[in-house]
Amino acid sequence: MNTQPGSAYFIEERTETLVTHTLSVLVDNEPGVLARVIGLFSARGYNIDSLTVSEVSHERHVSRITIVTTALAEVIVQIKSQLERLVPVHRVTDLTEVAKQNNHEKPLERELALIKVAGTGENRLEALRLADAFKATVIDATTEHFVFEMTGRVNKIEQFIQIMQPLGLVEVCRTGLAALNRGPEGM
Amino acid sequence: MAEQMTGAEMVVRALADQGVTDIFGYPGGAVLPIYDELFMQDKVRHILVRHEQGATHAAEGFARSTGKPGVVLVTSGPGATNAVTGLTDALMDSIPLVCITGQVPTHLIGSDAFQECDTVGITRSCTKHNYLVKTIEDLPRVLHEAFQVATTGRPGPVVVDIPKDVQFASGHYVGPENISHQTYHPKVKGDEAKIEAAVALMMRAKKPVFYTGGGVINSGPEASRLLRELVKLTGFPITSTLMGLGSYPAADPQWLGMLGMHGTYEANMAMHDCDLMINIGARFDDRITGRLDAFSPGSRKIHVDIDPSSLNKNVKVDIPILGDCAHVLEDMLRLVRASKAKPDGAALKEWWGEIEGWRGRKSLNYRKSDKIIMPQFAIERLYEACKPHDTYITTEVGQHQMWAAQYFHFEEPNRWMTSGGLGTMGYGFPAAIGTQVAHPESLCVDIAGDASILMNIQELSTAVQYRLPVKVFILNNQYMGMVRQWQQLLHGNRHSESYMESLPDFVKLAEAYGAHGIRAETPDELDGKIAEMIDSDMPVLFDCRVASLANCFPMIPSGKAHNEMLLGDDVAEEEIEKAIEGSGKALV
Repeated sequence: MNTQPGSAYFIEERTETLVTHTLSVLVDNEPGVLARVIGLFSARGYNIDSLTVSEVSHERHVSRITIVTTALAEVIVQIKSQLERLVPVHRVTDLTEVAKQNNHEKPLERELALIKVAGTGENRLEALRLADAFKATVIDATTEHFVFEMTGRVNKIEQFIQIMQPLGLVEVCRTGLAALNRGPEGM
Repeated sequence: MAEQMTGAEMVVRALADQGVTDIFGYPGGAVLPIYDELFMQDKVRHILVRHEQGATHAAEGFARSTGKPGVVLVTSGPGATNAVTGLTDALMDSIPLVCITGQVPTHLIGSDAFQECDTVGITRSCTKHNYLVKTIEDLPRVLHEAFQVATTGRPGPVVVDIPKDVQFASGHYVGPENISHQTYHPKVKGDEAKIEAAVALMMRAKKPVFYTGGGVINSGPEASRLLRELVKLTGFPITSTLMGLGSYPAADPQWLGMLGMHGTYEANMAMHDCDLMINIGARFDDRITGRLDAFSPGSRKIHVDIDPSSLNKNVKVDIPILGDCAHVLEDMLRLVRASKAKPDGAALKEWWGEIEGWRGRKSLNYRKSDKIIMPQFAIERLYEACKPHDTYITTEVGQHQMWAAQYFHFEEPNRWMTSGGLGTMGYGFPAAIGTQVAHPESLCVDIAGDASILMNIQELSTAVQYRLPVKVFILNNQYMGMVRQWQQLLHGNRHSESYMESLPDFVKLAEAYGAHGIRAETPDELDGKIAEMIDSDMPVLFDCRVASLANCFPMIPSGKAHNEMLLGDDVAEEEIEKAIEGSGKALV
């Protein structure tokens, strides 16, 4: 019955568990559209775990925003409805939900990361060996550093970054999640 | 038929093409080209307000009382920021507004120019949509789209920010005929299967209740007509939110009165004990539901709403129906007529028996006095005096607003303009001005409090300038009454800053503005003075001196359920002070 967290009247202790969903949002690529989407999340207290934006149709000026968010299941539904209410939003698809309906564990989700590691001697060799094992490619190097490029699932990237920590990790840049559903159909 | 004209001309032309007759605004540097165009035509009348907030509320009153969009024209910077409260108010109460704001020239945007502000940034979260028009080519499309977005789906405010160089630029005008937003197409027709399921539930219900809201009024007079037909056909009881008053006639025996925090005992008890709730165009606001986990625990719920994000937001419902009230009501009515099953007459009879028992508590009773004017009595007398007239009522926010909702009765939609969602003190007077502009021959009364009226008192100048005979009926108890009531309920009766020290002499204030002032201090002079107010062809400030410490009852205290109401006639002072405890204290 009581679905909204922090109702003005009665703050109930919640026991339901949070779920993480990946939403795909097609929008008109007009000025301020990203601010509208992000503003909605902050105004209504929703979380953004990851956000990726790019124009996907140059002729029609349509951008695709991929948002990973964590909330109660019913709040995820609410987030989708709230996004659909924005005037420049064409369509919102809950990729996680669609994957579930099609008996897939998850939608296809990939991320790209650039990872800078500095060091010499054994650490440097170890970093290179691990990069090879993780199928990361070297895109820049001196005798004191490497920059690795790595594409893959989020947990693979997380793991790699963690391993690089003691080996001289300097900085990381990640794109956030790109996601599509499996199968021949579009969203 | 593309005509060449300047941006400023396009604005005025688009307004005329959209059928706009009156706009509310205030000039300034960044809108001067548009004001120049207004000067040279007579299709669109401009009402000069005295503060931009007044313009937005006046436009809201105009919109709410006519069903047409309200239009506001203000300048950049402070003009736009002053409009923000009214825009937020319109967003919360789903009022269609188009607000045109001037902006510094495009080459100065971002340079902290004089009277520059990030209008689209500031108004993004308080509008349904907003636009910054950077080229003349976009202007006609945006202007017409703004009207489409404001008036369709769930209505709301739209801002169009036009830099001054775009107002001067020359381009091709396009009329509204060929403009339609690419992606914005709200759904109005409800899902037939869901409506069928809803009707099946209705036919089986033993204790049904209609709970209707502002959506019925926004949907247009046809929705109110269909609602009346459906309620008559089923024989079910009906209650309504603050925003929905007037969609069902208050004089009808099936009407239970308003529900919610200050609703009637019978309405709230019916909501609590019902087995089927049919919500049409209301949104389960916290003023309605009270304690959510104790809200109508035994009922199935049907919810008709045009906004998908309203469905299953606060309260999970069994049958959510996405669509416009009038469309869904039409389908419902047709299916009820065609249904083989009929409403359960015997069960309904029993249900009505229970309801009559609650009604018998007479929750709107109050202690009468022949020495001082009780505020409830003042509204009752005002209502009686207004009855023979074609009356529109607006209110400010506070105790007087709730008393107006309880003791003034509405038989028709669009007659009641109040700030429900945002609760904006200062709304009522400019809203009454906007209403009077739309209905010059009607009686427009702002029921006000002594604190609220001072928030937009400057608009008295507007009323005098345009000879708008708006009546302001001030229930003057020398307190911010609702704040004081809550301090009594929650804060040991310590009246921190809620006493209205140094109130002006409202009679002299009226005279200073060139309006008429009236004061009533005793119950026996009330009727005569109200008649004097109504007969006056001038704007009137009516200073009605009422009992200073009266509380607004009945009331559902914070953190309590519908069946835990405080009723006015039987509460002792100490009981009032203990009414809210524990977790309820932190709530609003």
